[in-house]
Amino acid sequence: MKLSGGDLLMRALKDEGVKFIFGYPGGAALHIYDSIFKQKAFEHILVRHEQGATHAADGYSRATGKPGVALVTSGPGATNAITGLATAFMDSIPLVVISGQVQSHLIGTDSFQETDMIGISRPIVKHSFIVQNTQDIPRIVQEAFHIATTGRPGPVVIDIPKDKTDPSQLFEYKRAKEISLRSYQPRVFPHPGQIKKASKKILSAERPVIYAGGGVILGNAHKELIALNKLLKAPVTNTLMGLGAYPAKDKYFMGMLGMHGTYQANMAMHNADVIIAIGARFDDRITNTPSMFAPNAKIVHIDVDPASISKIINADIPIVGQVKESLIALIKEIKRSKIKIDSEALDQWNMQISQWREKHGLDHDLYLSKIKSSMIAPQVVVQELYHATQGNAFVTSDVGQHQMFVAQYYHFNKPRRWINSGGLGTMGFGLPAAMGVKLAFPKQEVVCVTGEGSIQMCIQELSTCLQYNLPIKIININNEALGMVRQWQDMNYGGRHSASTYSDSLPDFVKLAQSYGHVGMKVTKQSQLKKTLEKAFAMKDRLVFIDVYVDPNEHVYPMLVAPNGSMQDMWIKKNTKA
Amino acid sequence: MKRIISILIENKPGALARVVGLFHQRGYNIETLNVGPVFDGSFSRMTVTTRGSENDVEQITKQINKIIDVIKVSDLTEGDHHEYEFIMIKFKHSEKIQKILKSLNGKIHEKNNDAMVMSAWGSSSDIEAAIKSMGKVNLLEVARSGSIGLHEGEKVLKI
Repeated sequence: MKLSGGDLLMRALKDEGVKFIFGYPGGAALHIYDSIFKQKAFEHILVRHEQGATHAADGYSRATGKPGVALVTSGPGATNAITGLATAFMDSIPLVVISGQVQSHLIGTDSFQETDMIGISRPIVKHSFIVQNTQDIPRIVQEAFHIATTGRPGPVVIDIPKDKTDPSQLFEYKRAKEISLRSYQPRVFPHPGQIKKASKKILSAERPVIYAGGGVILGNAHKELIALNKLLKAPVTNTLMGLGAYPAKDKYFMGMLGMHGTYQANMAMHNADVIIAIGARFDDRITNTPSMFAPNAKIVHIDVDPASISKIINADIPIVGQVKESLIALIKEIKRSKIKIDSEALDQWNMQISQWREKHGLDHDLYLSKIKSSMIAPQVVVQELYHATQGNAFVTSDVGQHQMFVAQYYHFNKPRRWINSGGLGTMGFGLPAAMGVKLAFPKQEVVCVTGEGSIQMCIQELSTCLQYNLPIKIININNEALGMVRQWQDMNYGGRHSASTYSDSLPDFVKLAQSYGHVGMKVTKQSQLKKTLEKAFAMKDRLVFIDVYVDPNEHVYPMLVAPNGSMQDMWIKKNTKA
Repeated sequence: MKRIISILIENKPGALARVVGLFHQRGYNIETLNVGPVFDGSFSRMTVTTRGSENDVEQITKQINKIIDVIKVSDLTEGDHHEYEFIMIKFKHSEKIQKILKSLNGKIHEKNNDAMVMSAWGSSSDIEAAIKSMGKVNLLEVARSGSIGLHEGEKVLKI
């Protein structure tokens, strides 16, 4: 049977196993939307802004490991999708974003709702396609999914001029058995020689640290990571993107590292003699001043992307390959090796880390000591949330202080439970991302921890949540200010709060939630916090927006001293360096 | 240090823009750029000259390699190589310029009452030196192809 371009697209998406498409219609996408109306393979979720579509598809992907799909129209639809594309690109999330385009003969004429989507999105996509022949649609979709999900994953754009989905033009649907691109052959297996070298270096270490990032989660290698450390018994730290890759409850886990990492994790990195970097990219929020980074450490770096290796910090032993395959090879080699770990040195090292933890580690029992305090500490909100959800929730966040508090105080024991915009730092990410997660896991608890700043950047998605009955719990950590901005202004700008406060013009979030058909709750006292959370989580089938007013003067600590600091230079509390 | 990077890339719309855009995104400069179809026409070969340290060039080549349409990347300056550049020059009659160009395999393409058009080729450093020594007085127009080059010996850039 011959199909129109729109129907070819539907068929191709169905064959990729797509279950949800997040989108927003418009002129150039109308043929496609008519094809959507006629199909039953997947559900289309109508968002309220295209940024929400891309973030929802992104959240869906991060939680499930499958590619997310968004559909937007040309012009403003396409440009609104840009922030979501950049967010996914920075965190290597596999997305396929389909954009309608004006008719081929109008391209380049400044026609209505025309924008060069391929050009605008070029620096923030893994690859992009423009459909020039309708019969190519199935092949392009297949290639797009292949590219998005293999190697180092990333977003792919397919731009489709309206005439290529013309319902009167019909073509045969052809799907290739497998995809092979002569210019794209990502490496899967590591070089055995490098694995040997790495094993030798790791086994002779006295002060090793495993520094594991988002690549472990994206590469589905958390089990291998745990297996590796069953052998090594080395201290482990996860990046912001890697939280959950190694279980937080494990005794070798030191917490997150970097800008707001734990004291022990940062100290361990600085004093290590071997750093085993796995699916992490030595981001500037990790290393602090690169020239002062871990002065005595040899670096073993495993990454699927050769460009991540030796980009910021030179790797002594680079290993290019999929994280999972690389770890399997490394474990095998370590088991085969005759070199014995110096367990005395290692015990001493682990003891040193315990001492650091005792000295300046995070207080995970803060909620116990703050029971009687009048103001709510934002850290306590996260701790209470952890207890209310038994640590089992999917937690999405926006960007700023609340994001760091979750990263520090919500202990993620499983991968794909912590969903946040790490690389781009996109405010507005949390709510739409939570929608994607909730659709994928309707029976699981999905919580969006946000702030009164971030939530207002995609607040319109509350309407989407009503339409599709998505009972997400939103915890609004409300300090009546752009908290992280204000923290920097307190610390570096003499307390001049330039454009970071708006306490007299905040909406009534309870009424706002209610006007969208949801439940709103407000908490202003510590004594109400636990009960309110319990009440909210008992409402299984309702979206509850919990507006928690917290101590506005709270800062996030530890914090690396910058500029010109190393990883051992930290602010440990207000006006106090470690 | 000057670097000559050769890139074998799919001859597809937008492929060139991906490479050129990347230099800007990653904070590197393109000094010269040459591109043309090769083999069966489904490939293009680009030659880009840029400046940077060894680390810079390693990072550039790795990033270029990540572009999906790119098949192979090679830094010619890493080893022995051949490198040439072609120029065309329009100038007011000048014995001096004619002589300079003749020394660089020069050829006359047009000669009229007012001006001449000549072409020449040589290593880009010779071309650079030649253009400098011509002075500005009689020079009307210069077009340069940018460097192109190949590895010396057996090493080739192909699929």
